[in-house]
Amino acid sequence: MSSDERQAMNTNFQTHTVKSFGEELDRLSDDVARMGGLVETLVSDCLQAVMRRDGDLADSVIERDRQVDQMERDIEKRVIRLFALRQPMATDLRMTIAAYRISHELERIGDLAKNIARRCRVLNESEPHEMTRSVDRMGRLVVSQLHEVLNAFSAGSLDDAHSAMKTDDEIDEIYNSLFRELLTYMMEDARTISPSTQMLFVAKNLERIGDHNTNIAEMVHYVLTGEDWRRDRSMSDPDRES
Amino acid sequence: MSTVYHDTQIENAKVALDAVGVTYGSKTAVSGVSLRIPDRSVTAFIGPSGCGKSTVLRTINRMNDTIDIARVSGSVKIDGEEINSKSVDPVVLRARVGMVFQKPNPFPKSIYDNIAYGPRIHGLASGKSELDAIVETSLKKAGLWNEVADRLDQPGTSLSGGQQQRLVIARAIAVSPEVILMDEPCSALDPIATAKIEELIDELRENYCIIIVTHSMAQAARVSQMTAFFHLGDLVEYGPTEAIFTNPRDQRTQDYITGRFG
Repeated sequence: MSSDERQAMNTNFQTHTVKSFGEELDRLSDDVARMGGLVETLVSDCLQAVMRRDGDLADSVIERDRQVDQMERDIEKRVIRLFALRQPMATDLRMTIAAYRISHELERIGDLAKNIARRCRVLNESEPHEMTRSVDRMGRLVVSQLHEVLNAFSAGSLDDAHSAMKTDDEIDEIYNSLFRELLTYMMEDARTISPSTQMLFVAKNLERIGDHNTNIAEMVHYVLTGEDWRRDRSMSDPDRES
Repeated sequence: MSTVYHDTQIENAKVALDAVGVTYGSKTAVSGVSLRIPDRSVTAFIGPSGCGKSTVLRTINRMNDTIDIARVSGSVKIDGEEINSKSVDPVVLRARVGMVFQKPNPFPKSIYDNIAYGPRIHGLASGKSELDAIVETSLKKAGLWNEVADRLDQPGTSLSGGQQQRLVIARAIAVSPEVILMDEPCSALDPIATAKIEELIDELRENYCIIIVTHSMAQAARVSQMTAFFHLGDLVEYGPTEAIFTNPRDQRTQDYITGRFG
């Protein structure tokens, strides 16, 4: 079976004989999509906050992360309920497992966005950092990757999921070069050590978000094909050479 | 219509069906069913009512012979031997291939005689003590011995539904079958009695080739290693149970096991 046929098979459902079961599954994927939307805004806002040195926006990211945590708990409850009462099978089973795991990944991404927002306040205490624009570029790539995986999940698109996985290598490369550049700054001028370290944390958090995005893409692959897709992480670990 | 076979090597095939078809008069019940069923494992036949799963099950011990208008085509082999050939005595075949039905059907005899009947007519025991031993081991294998050891002379029909079902399984085991066919063996039982039968099936799997027809998908998932999905007289998909329930290949299998059948 080609991947296109698979996709058609998985997205082109008949309705459930027990309608309420179908509705609960729909509701679950809607919830994950909504949570994804919120997390995407948080990542893009925390980046904005750092770029524009906007402390209030950073605070609002930290505040909104609580909502993300609550959404994860709600999805978890819904998943437990589905398993207990409906015993989902086949695509329904895969979808339910994926919703559970994706919500967990999204919660982690929310935490990382909150972390970046916290760096913002500290960064604002020193002069604007020259590396801000490279971090911005990396951030934009991470946001577009997240957008792509969420889209892959909602639309059931295997191509988008795979394309998002590829983006991760690019993100890792940017992180590696950022790391080296920041080291150079710190060696050249000891006064930049504090803001450079903060910048490095921001970049590291973005790189981690990229990893979580990739995990989501892998889950989308699993939902659509039923096959496991675990990449050999050791090959692309950005900290390997640093 | 072609069957989707999962990529699984079945090295120890006990039962092999090749292009099996069954017609009742002018009506085709099943056609073109080919599958190899492994020994010492449980294979589940699932599918909606009227899909032909019981009909296929009944070709394996020639139960369709008892229906005048039924015609069976294709080949059914057990250990490589064609069972539909004239040289095979259906009575002997049915001792090798035991069967358990939906409703427990103990003989209107004592518990002891229910078990001893088969070994007696097949001449499997040379004396009373040997027969006693067969009765005891059969009841033990069926997990019923402890419940009935002190009342073997009571009628089999005096037992509860779940006990009666284990009694008829013991009766099937008593003639040392190689294959045990079960046609919805738990559909008349409560959940506890069902769990006991499922546990029993899991134990029997070590020594027998078991084929079970079930309407409960959860049961198929729990007890079987291989699953065959039938629909409208076709074998749609056949593969390892885990694969069928997590990643079915055919849309019809998918729709059926997720409860979306139109």
